[in-house]
Amino acid sequence: MEDDTIAALATRAGEAAVNIIKISGNKSIEIADKIFVSKSLKKLAYIKTYNLLYGNIIDKNELIDEVLISVMKAPGSYTKENVVEINCHGGLAAVNKILDLIIKNGARLAEPGEFTKRAFLNGRIDLAQVEAIADIINAKTINSLKIAANNLKGNLSDEIKYIRKNLLEIIINIEASIDFIEEDLEVISYEEIMEKVKKIYDELVELIKNEEKGEIIKNGIKVTIVGKPNVGKSSLLNLIIKKEKAIVTPIPGTTRDAIEEILYLSGIPIIMTDTAGIRKSKNIIEKLGVKKSISELEKSDILIIVLDNSKKISEEDIEILKKAKEKKCIVCINKIDKKSKIDKAQVENYVKKNFIIEISVLKNLGINKLEEKIRDLTIGKDKFEFEEKIIINKRQKIAIEQAKESIDSAIKAIKEKLSEEFPALDLRNAYNFLGEVIGENTSEEILNGIFAKFCVGK
Amino acid sequence: MDDIKNKFDAIVVGAGHAGCEAALACARLKLKTLLLTINIDKIALMPCNPSIGGIGKSQLVAELDALGGQMARTAEQTLIQLKILNKSKGPAVQSLRAQIDKKAYEIEMKKILENTPNLIVRQGTASGILTENKKVIGVEIEGRQVFYGNAVIITTGTFLRGRIIIGDKEYKAGRMGEYPCMNLTKSLNNLGIKTDRYQTATPPRIDKRTIDFSKTIEQPGEFEPMSFSFWNDKFIHTNISSFLTYTNKKTHEVISKNIDKSPIRSGIINTHGPRHCPSIDRKVINFPEKPRHPIFIEPEGKNTNEIYLQGLTTSMPVEFQQLIINSVVGLEDARIIRPGYAVEYDYIYPSQLNLTLESKIIDNLFFAGQINGTSGYEEAAVQGFVAGVNASLKILGKSPLILTREESYIGVLIDDLITKEMNEPYRMYTSRAEYRLLLRSDNADLRLSKYGYDIGLLSKKQYAKVLNKEKEMKLLNKFLKQKTIFPTRQNNDILKTMNSSILEVPSTLYQILKRPEISISKLLNNFGGGSTIRDNDAYNQTEINIKYEGYILKQLEEIKKYSNLEKILIPQDFDYFKIKGLTFEATEKLNNIRPNTLGQASRIAGVSPADISIIIINIKSKAGKI
Repeated sequence: MEDDTIAALATRAGEAAVNIIKISGNKSIEIADKIFVSKSLKKLAYIKTYNLLYGNIIDKNELIDEVLISVMKAPGSYTKENVVEINCHGGLAAVNKILDLIIKNGARLAEPGEFTKRAFLNGRIDLAQVEAIADIINAKTINSLKIAANNLKGNLSDEIKYIRKNLLEIIINIEASIDFIEEDLEVISYEEIMEKVKKIYDELVELIKNEEKGEIIKNGIKVTIVGKPNVGKSSLLNLIIKKEKAIVTPIPGTTRDAIEEILYLSGIPIIMTDTAGIRKSKNIIEKLGVKKSISELEKSDILIIVLDNSKKISEEDIEILKKAKEKKCIVCINKIDKKSKIDKAQVENYVKKNFIIEISVLKNLGINKLEEKIRDLTIGKDKFEFEEKIIINKRQKIAIEQAKESIDSAIKAIKEKLSEEFPALDLRNAYNFLGEVIGENTSEEILNGIFAKFCVGK
Repeated sequence: MDDIKNKFDAIVVGAGHAGCEAALACARLKLKTLLLTINIDKIALMPCNPSIGGIGKSQLVAELDALGGQMARTAEQTLIQLKILNKSKGPAVQSLRAQIDKKAYEIEMKKILENTPNLIVRQGTASGILTENKKVIGVEIEGRQVFYGNAVIITTGTFLRGRIIIGDKEYKAGRMGEYPCMNLTKSLNNLGIKTDRYQTATPPRIDKRTIDFSKTIEQPGEFEPMSFSFWNDKFIHTNISSFLTYTNKKTHEVISKNIDKSPIRSGIINTHGPRHCPSIDRKVINFPEKPRHPIFIEPEGKNTNEIYLQGLTTSMPVEFQQLIINSVVGLEDARIIRPGYAVEYDYIYPSQLNLTLESKIIDNLFFAGQINGTSGYEEAAVQGFVAGVNASLKILGKSPLILTREESYIGVLIDDLITKEMNEPYRMYTSRAEYRLLLRSDNADLRLSKYGYDIGLLSKKQYAKVLNKEKEMKLLNKFLKQKTIFPTRQNNDILKTMNSSILEVPSTLYQILKRPEISISKLLNNFGGGSTIRDNDAYNQTEINIKYEGYILKQLEEIKKYSNLEKILIPQDFDYFKIKGLTFEATEKLNNIRPNTLGQASRIAGVSPADISIIIINIKSKAGKI
């Protein structure tokens, strides 16, 4: 157990109305009592675990903030140490002052992730859970959590174990032909080995492909709605959101210029961004907004360009349509309830006809068609199965890719008819990389396999 | 008793292959050394196969040779055939095997021991280890005579409470016809050293005159000039053939029908034997679908008619051994000279040792060879050497010789022994060495002779030979990289005669040598004007380094990847039970084995990468680094 007491702001600075300061360690309660006077004059040291006290933080008789303090005693806390949480109401200045006071009274500022580290060191959570916590913190979507949970259950492990088992079989054969040359063994031929190695290669490619799907689920697809002012961008966004309202989540920290919303279309997380209308302007502030819109547009996976059915195509529309050539793009011709003045043929110069659809946000027309097109551009006809063996973790992905490269190198070595020990090295490397994914080390598996399978020995 | 004559620096108990190397290393390092043996006529005896080397094993012998050990030199003097195994494969897994004249080997080794200054050979059976404050001070032999020594090296082979089994007969013996060592185990146990039983077996020997060689397949050795030791010149060796025959349906029937007579079935033997050396009985039981098993007919020496039957190990009753032999083609009339038998003996759990082969609990007490749970003359010899050298270095107050897995098979062997849980005698294979493409027999001198020289077991002249090779390799490499061949008609014609494709652009010799069909000798014959390199080995090494550069780099990268783990030391008093988050299995094993480094910890079966991460964090947080 660590000896010192650590403290940090547990909420993001400046974002919330209430900030929480967390103190963990042997002295946490003692330190809090030094700077806190409760309304009932009770000391924190004498309240039960999981209870609260209301009162003031005082520095040399000066009131700093009005706070609520909760106490979680060891080992019933996140870190398995004594933990005190101070809920303060004041702004950042008050928070800083309180933290200062805590540190002056014997705690030190926690390093990033140190609370989790203590939870881990004190046996509260294991490494896999540390990784899962990181995933949870970083997860933007609900489904990525589902996958993480499935992987913990063992979907991915089972697949990797299966591939490793087949790989081990090949390695055993090759190693037997090296170390037991005089033993009259019926080892499989190079041709047969080649076939089996290629099959493993394909299986790894498939896993990595799934990972790309996993990426989509984890990070979502960024869809940006662009267009001139007043073509109906915001109304379109609102309409889509309304339709899917049960699962809309606003993302904190969005800028005033671009509004982001997450929604799910058939399980695919879509991060919708509505941008300021793009038009030529002399107004400096508006220019900045337009610049921002264009940068949003660059970052997005899919563009939805909204055009006004009731107006002719302008120079600004053309500028936007030109962007369509670089991106996956859907053009929505809005306001089809109005009289058409738009020249559709002109639009077709920039976007495939298939991806030009007619809608009316006002009359709720064509929205299903739009969703269908978004789906086509993201996962195609596939359905997302959340029971799939999807890699979610960067570390796992890297290890599987390294395994794939090693297998590729083995295939080359076999093709070039290099002697057995060379592809053997590549295959063993692949085997070890896959072991890293599921956290298993090799040791005696190969020789044990040889002895079990072959009649060897003098 | 406290006679000066009975005071030594080092005492070696046992004069097998481990004991001989240990005693020679100590004496050559100027330590006053005593070598104790139960029977002075049985020094350096080869109780099983009449050969030294083989796949994985010849790498050990080459390393021992490069460090200044004796085995390869005596083998070269007494061998009767030299063969390259895995000849069609790459240099890393090719191995030399020398068929040895057993008696000649014993005589030569005894001669060397008797003529080594500082070394005294003495007949006697050790009965107890004497210690003071957890440090060894001497050895008592049967008859209560005591020899005092600063260090003791135990190399007792199969002699500790040895028990021989043939059929339903049992004898107390170290080897057939030899006294066992009955009291030493108890003394070791009293010191806190834990022991267990292993078993091994040897095939019957038959009379050469009763074999019909015309029905067998001749297995000759190599006819080219070669050397078994780095320090000898190449020459064409004596080449006495072995022969090959096979068991058949009839053999297997004899065995199956009488399997209840086999000690492994009757329950007389229930200890673990080596899976790499199964008896023919076990082969037939475990692999009933195999129609035949190979049997190599190998001479035991020049001056004997005894023939060794490699592949026909058995401890069945003698009359059935005879039936089994006579069922084999070519051996229909063969007569047994010595029956095969099994032997059961005490070994110590090698996890009780440090990487120097010193006991973790008794200072200056070392163990080497079969007593550490290994099998094979070569495995024993390298351990004897390492134990002898480290006992000497300790007495001389110098830092120990610890060879790592990255630089040697010896390192692999010792690390495996003390790290991995073994439940059978350990034999070396190339597949045990994860860096085997780097750890070749052909470069053992380049890898290890610096240690041999620094310790003082290689002469200046020997080491100069290696340094010179290194220098020539560098020069040759530079020459090949600098010399450019232009795509002239003349040059392309030469390439065509070498069955290689023509050049389109100017290429260095280095680049051309990467072509599989081009050998360095052909290349230099045709384009080598200007090279002054004479050392043949320098040619070979340079060729290997260039041709296999890609794979060599891969292995070097792996070493780098794991080197951090190898560098992080775990304190020996580390309390694994206090660490939360480790699995129960990992905690138990780590606590037993007490690995020195994280690298070693990571090789323990049952210790997962997650466990390693937890240990890292705990070590670092203890050191205040996190």
